[in-house]
This record gives sequence, structure tokens and C-alpha cells, in this order.
Amino acid sequence: MDSSGLYPLLDSLNTLVSGLFLLCAFGIVATRQMRGCLLWFITQSVLLAASAFLLGIRHQSWHLQAVGVVNLIAKPIIIPWILRRTLHAEIYARREIDQVLNIPTSLLIALGLVVLGYFLTQPLLQAVAAEFRGVNVPIGFAVLLLGAYTLTARREAVPLLIGVLAMENGAFFAGIAISRELPFIVELAIASDGLILVFVMGVLTRAIQQRIGSTEVGALATLKEEAAL
Amino acid sequence: MILILILALPLAAAALCWLAHLDRLAPRVTVATALAVLALALVVASRVVAGGRIVAIESAIAVDGLSALILLLIAFVGTTAAVFSWGYMARMSHAPQRLRLYYANYNLFLFSMLAIPVLLEPTFVWIVVELTTLSPAMLVGFENTRTALEAAWKYVVLSLMGAAVALLGFLLLFSAMQAAGGGTYTWDGLVSVAPRMPPVLLQTAFLLILVGFGTKAGLVPLHTWLPDAHSQAPSPVCALLSGIETTAVLYVILRLLFVMKGVPGLDTELWTVTFGLISVGAAAFLLVQVRDYKRMFAYSTVEHMGIILMAAGLASPAGHYAAMNQILSHTLTKSFCFYAAGAALLATGSREIAAVHGLIRSAPAAGVSLLLGGLAIAGAPPFAVFLSEFSMCSTASGRPAGFMWCCARHWPSRGFPASARGCTPPTGMNGRWRTCSSSSSRVTRA
Repeated sequence: MDSSGLYPLLDSLNTLVSGLFLLCAFGIVATRQMRGCLLWFITQSVLLAASAFLLGIRHQSWHLQAVGVVNLIAKPIIIPWILRRTLHAEIYARREIDQVLNIPTSLLIALGLVVLGYFLTQPLLQAVAAEFRGVNVPIGFAVLLLGAYTLTARREAVPLLIGVLAMENGAFFAGIAISRELPFIVELAIASDGLILVFVMGVLTRAIQQRIGSTEVGALATLKEEAAL
Repeated sequence: MILILILALPLAAAALCWLAHLDRLAPRVTVATALAVLALALVVASRVVAGGRIVAIESAIAVDGLSALILLLIAFVGTTAAVFSWGYMARMSHAPQRLRLYYANYNLFLFSMLAIPVLLEPTFVWIVVELTTLSPAMLVGFENTRTALEAAWKYVVLSLMGAAVALLGFLLLFSAMQAAGGGTYTWDGLVSVAPRMPPVLLQTAFLLILVGFGTKAGLVPLHTWLPDAHSQAPSPVCALLSGIETTAVLYVILRLLFVMKGVPGLDTELWTVTFGLISVGAAAFLLVQVRDYKRMFAYSTVEHMGIILMAAGLASPAGHYAAMNQILSHTLTKSFCFYAAGAALLATGSREIAAVHGLIRSAPAAGVSLLLGGLAIAGAPPFAVFLSEFSMCSTASGRPAGFMWCCARHWPSRGFPASARGCTPPTGMNGRWRTCSSSSSRVTRA
């Protein structure tokens, strides 16, 4: 297939991958069970790697291929392994009983955030060269917002951790489309930083579980000012 | 070479504390490392004052005047906190294995902070700022109480949220540089290429990094983790967090201000003064309600970060000088305040302000330190904080932003009665102070 047929095909595939990436973010916002949340995150990371591969072929950039490989190894494989080592297995079987808002409302707010993200990133796209405009930046930014929303709406430790990781996924998804030649050492360092992040939060969650008996960190709200008498 | 040594020593100390099974060596190793780093930082600072930049690895690790100041302050607070930890943590009766973990994390934390002013590439700086969130996570929750773990969790989650937002900002900055035709992706490289970069990318990157790292520096409205984390952590860790870590993150924002100078459509002065004013005002109002003296000092950190941001944003050499002055005076004073708070906590066993009643009789050193620290950080003359804020006011009064600033400077003086309230019990001058103090009923009940 020559390049005149290949590039539109790659763009279409990338659009499909981006749509699924966004769907995974919705899944992270809405899924009650911890294990389900983790599976949505793993799927999202695989899709991030897929987008990196597609963009790498599209722009003939081996940097992006390397980004794809690193993400494919670090996020779907090593991160769940670290979590399995640091957290008790029974944490994954839990369901979050209540959230700050019910799930349909959460999903509507998430939809609103996606539209907001789309409009906020339009001026950015005008500033970037024509062949790099696409869906990555709006969707990456939208996933960043959805991750931030997850952090406010969820009350259990594991979904909050996944929310942080999803935010970084979103930031990276937008980043790979516009900053293609990021040095490989930086990409490696960011990935290993993500691994340390998961390890530290896993250890902290375990400490909370041991001390308090549950991982419902939303219930920890004792530190605040009292009204002055 | 000397810069690489400054970075390598704390890493080696962390490894030693982690791996070696010599529990009594850990504090000694930490103090010795910190002293060595301080000595090296003094050498670096004197060389920079004499000759300009010091370069260890071209386009990767180098130090100029601003970095040297921050580096020296980090080394100094790292040393004083290590010395304070030695005695303080020993008195707090923790298991030796846990203390070894404490010192290992302490050294990692010190390493990550020392790397911030020394690294030149912004994405590496982002990675190291993430490390400054992750390494003290265990330190903040060290007491292993419910409140300490809550504080540690809030700290980690909110800081990581800010870091993810800032990551997008740094990636946008990188793409802006590529759109302008490339160059070395360092702070100086960005400054030289900035006029050719697309303004909208720079504006978005600036806002994302200001919001993202502003969360980490404790700027309102993303500061909610700061009073919790900076009060629940052990006092030497609080001194590091409040005294220099938030300042180091603010240093990154200051570097960004140089890049953003002259970008059309972006009034950095407006953004920094607005964020700074909001922080100062909100901290002053919130500070009056606290009952915990460590929380009070933590809110004071929020206020001072706002002041430093405003001064730096005033975009004049005098404003920058005033900001540096404020950074220096705040770092030294705030770390001293937390050491005094630690001593008071050891003497009274409570963090309540009302509990330090009569401290000047029961533990004179702690009482006097707490009194002097509170007065100093509130901006009373003749302490350094007063002098730097006074110079800032006189610098700022010629500009419209400065007028707002001078008005705002009156707000934190409302925090002074709060600190005076904290200080009045230690003076032991019972009758007169009780009638004057607004929380007199609380004091008499204690």
C-alpha cells in the first residue's frame, strides 16, 4: 500500500484508538469494582501504546515507537505486578459502595468535561503544524480532566490511584502527538517515575488498610479547621 | 564534578541507610552527608559569586546565581533538619528498623530537592519534582496515626494531580520549541528561542505549569493538602517541606517567568500577582481559626509562597531581589519555627496552641524559641522577614500591582494576633495577656 492510502488509514485507526482511549476513561470514572477499574486502566495504557505506534509509523519517528514499547511494558505489565505485590488481593474484590455523586450524574459531568476539553484545545491545534492536528490533543486533555474528576468523585484508594495514572496517560496521549522527538532517556525516566509512584501509593494504601481497616480514604476527613468560637 | 558529587552523596547515604543493618549508624551517616553537601554547596556558591556559571555536564547539569542560592538553602535546611532529626526522632521512641527507613527516605528526599536547581532540562526537573512528592510520602505518614496517614494520602494525591497537569505543560513547551525550529531544551535555550515560539502554546503551557506546580507549592485554591501534611509530619520533615521544598517548586515557576517574558497576550505579572494575592488573603483568613501551632506555621507558608510569587512577578530587578530576599528570610525563619514547634511538642506532648500555656517556665528554651519564631515569621521587626517585606513594599509601591500588594500586606498582620495568641501563653504574663487576647476564653479553659 503506498503512502497516499496508508496515511489516511493510519489517521482513521488513530481516531478509533483515541475514541476507545476516551471510553476507558469513562470506564474508570464509572466502574465500581476495583478490579474493573484496574482493567480499564490496563486497556487504556495498551491503547496509548497503540496510538504511539501508529503515530510513529505515520511520522516515521522511531522515538514514538520506543515510547510505545516502553508504555507497553511499564503500564499493562509492571504496574499491575507492583500493585499485586504491595496490596492485599482482597482489596481488588471490593466494590465501592457509594461515591460522591451517583454514576449517571458522574457520566454526564464527564461528558461535559470532554466537550469543555475539546473547546479549550481548539486554539492549541491552530498553532501546531497541519499534519499533527488530530484527535490526540483534545482527547488527551479530556482524559486529563476526567482523571482529575475521578480524583474528586471517588472515595476508595485504588480508583484514586488509577485516576492519577489516567491523568498521566491523558497528558502523555496529548504529548505524543505534538512533541515527537522527546529524548528517549526522558521517556524512560517518566516511565520509571510512574512505577515508583505506584509503589509508593501501594505501600501507603497498605499502611492505611492496616491502620484503619479499610481503604476508603474518602472517609478520612478529620483534619480541618473548626469554626472560631 | 562538584555538582555531581552533591547529588551522589545523598543517594549513597540513602542506599547505606536502606541496606546496612546498622541502625545506630543511620543518623550519623545522614548528618555527615548533609554536612558534606553543605560544604560543597558553599564552595559552589562562592565560585558562582566569583565567576558566573558552573557547568558539570553541558546542557544537563549546571548552576547559575539563582540556582546556587536555592541549592545552598536546601543544603542548609537539610543539614539543620538532619541534626534536629537525630535528637528528635530518638526521643520519639520509634523502632530502629522504622528509623532506618526514615533516614533512607530522608536522604532520598534531600537528593530529589538538591536536583531541582541543578538540572537544566525542564522534563528532568518535572521528574525530580515528582520524586520530591513520592520520597516524603512515607515521612509525612511516619507517625502512622489515622491523621498522619490522611495527611500523607491527601499530600500524595493532590501533588500528583498537579504534577500530571504540569506534565502536559512541559510537553507543550517542548512542542513549542520544536515549532520554533528546535534548540537545546534547557531553561536558557527556552529563553533564547521564546520570541519565535507560537504564543498560544506558551500561554497554555504557562497556565498549566502555574496551576500544576502551584498545587505543589501550596498556592490557593489548591493548597488544601499543605496544612495537613506540614503539621502531621515529624517536625524536622515539616521544616524541610515548609522551609525549602515549596520554595524549590516555586523556583521552577520563577524559571518559567523568565521564559514567558515578552510573550504577546500573556501578562505574567497579572497572573502571578493575582494568584499571590489570593494565597496571601486566604491564608490570612484561614490562619485565624487554627488551634494547632504547626498548622498555623503551615498556613504561614502558604502566605509566604504567595508573597514570593507576587514579588517575583513584579518584573523588575528590584522585585526579583526582594523575592530572593524573601526566599532567604522565609526559609531560615520557617525552619527555625518548626524546630521550635518540635521542641514544644516534645515538652508538652500536644499540638494545641492552648497547650503551650506556661511553656516559658516549664521548658524555657522551647518557649523562647517558639515566641521568637512566631514573631519572626509574622514579620515583626527587627527580623529578616520584616526587612525583606519592607523592601518589597517600597519596591512595589510605584506600580499598580504594587498598590494591591501593599494593601494585601495588611491582611497577614491579622495573622499576627493569631501568632501572638500562640506566643502569649509561653510568656506566662497571665492576667494582662488573657484579657487582651481574642481567644482568652480558650486559654483560660486549657
